[in-house]
Amino acid sequence: MAERERRLKSPSPGGTFQARTRVMSADDVSRAVRRMAHEILERNHGADSLMVVGMQTGGVALAQGIVGAIGEIEGTQVPVGTLDATMHRDDFGLRPVLPEAVTEIPGDLSGRVVVIVDDVLFTGRTVRAAMDAIHSYGRPSAIQLAVMVDRGHRELPIRPDYVGKNLPTRLDEVVDVHRDGVDLGELK
Amino acid sequence: MKTRGVRHLLSMADLDRDAIEQLLNLTESFAEVSERSIPKVPALRGKTLAWLFYEDSTRTRLSFETAAKRLSADTMNFSVSSSSVNKGESLRDTVETLSAMGIDGIVVRHGSAGVPQQITQWTEASVINAGDGSHQHPTQSLLDLYTARSHFGDLDGRRITIVGDIRHSRVARSNVLGFATMGATVTLVAPPSLLPPSLEGWPVEVEHDLDAVLESTDICYLLRMQLERQKQAVVPSLREFHHEYGLTVARANRLPTDSLIMHPGPMNRGVEISGEVADRPQSVVTEQVANGVSVRMAVLFLLLGSGLDVVDDRRVAA
Repeated sequence: MAERERRLKSPSPGGTFQARTRVMSADDVSRAVRRMAHEILERNHGADSLMVVGMQTGGVALAQGIVGAIGEIEGTQVPVGTLDATMHRDDFGLRPVLPEAVTEIPGDLSGRVVVIVDDVLFTGRTVRAAMDAIHSYGRPSAIQLAVMVDRGHRELPIRPDYVGKNLPTRLDEVVDVHRDGVDLGELK
Repeated sequence: MKTRGVRHLLSMADLDRDAIEQLLNLTESFAEVSERSIPKVPALRGKTLAWLFYEDSTRTRLSFETAAKRLSADTMNFSVSSSSVNKGESLRDTVETLSAMGIDGIVVRHGSAGVPQQITQWTEASVINAGDGSHQHPTQSLLDLYTARSHFGDLDGRRITIVGDIRHSRVARSNVLGFATMGATVTLVAPPSLLPPSLEGWPVEVEHDLDAVLESTDICYLLRMQLERQKQAVVPSLREFHHEYGLTVARANRLPTDSLIMHPGPMNRGVEISGEVADRPQSVVTEQVANGVSVRMAVLFLLLGSGLDVVDDRRVAA
């Protein structure tokens, strides 16, 4: 057991993350959150049928930020949930996977517009899994996708509806979204 | 022994506190799946499980079946009464036949202790012990720990009193280890004829008088009289057993108000528990059954789907 714990906690073969450049400051991120909140309201003609769902774990804080901004603009509280799509992933057997946190969908999402929020959009596989997971809770009238960083390299026909920043990257680079902004770096 | 990781769940003795806590935390994720309007996830799609039940079972078997289906695994039922076992096929040949069909997991229940451990030598599949003789029943213990933890938050320092036919109970053996590992104090209450011949090495206290421990009990865990395993009379009569060791209304009233009454099922009302006590809000028997599905989902996923080892290889081999 101890050995397995060490194996899990030890850095992946690529090494540990080292930031090279700060691509967005904390202020940039909060401006992008407010802009995306406006875009979501504009596209959906208000906040009435919305539900915002943050992907565990990187999208949870962003989802709360977007819902907070929508509340400031419209004066309404949009239901906000969290989603762990691990059990719908397509890479079982390729790498160790465990659910990271509990899913919490606030109420029935049938007939609502569900906005999936995540920090980084990369291959699109997490979003595909998330769309599958959402359908096991009901039939939303639409699913939209909001991400802080779109770094390209899609492997599935998925595109975001709301983007904080388009960031061209190399495959071997790593994007880290955290409370002080967004960093681009490598695993070393 | 094998290149692939050996991933089995044979005994609570194989699980340390970290492993149990990981399993219980994982169970929360799967409990959430059961609440969805479509309670099914594709986590074990393409995996095949076989049930190898040489003993009767209602809830364990149906619970495993439900868990497997909610994870989208395929299941193969093996019923001893209608199988080649009746034609004299040995356990080893049966297991090797199942293995040759390319199954990923075998859930086994057998009347003899050690059978699941033995089966691991004959197959590449994950082996899950669903009860072997009077030895172990690890998934029952895990669901009991999960149920208790969901009420108390933390089991450190809690007092569990296990009452009844401890001698023949695999549930008791698993729970003694499970609750002690999680930091609870375990007290066994039974007449000497229903206790194992030796309790050496068991992390327990022993009491012969149920009335003496009721007030200091957080969890009153009742066991069925395992008449099918009792080779000779161990109590004068079931009525006398009920009088001395059954959880009657009067005894249940003396339990602390925030305590739990647990039972692994099947219950014999009027023997180890009075019918009225079994239906009290304190009694969490149906909750245990519901949690059983979530716990077994977590076990199946961890062993077959996650790519992680629940138990270190060498410790299983040892």
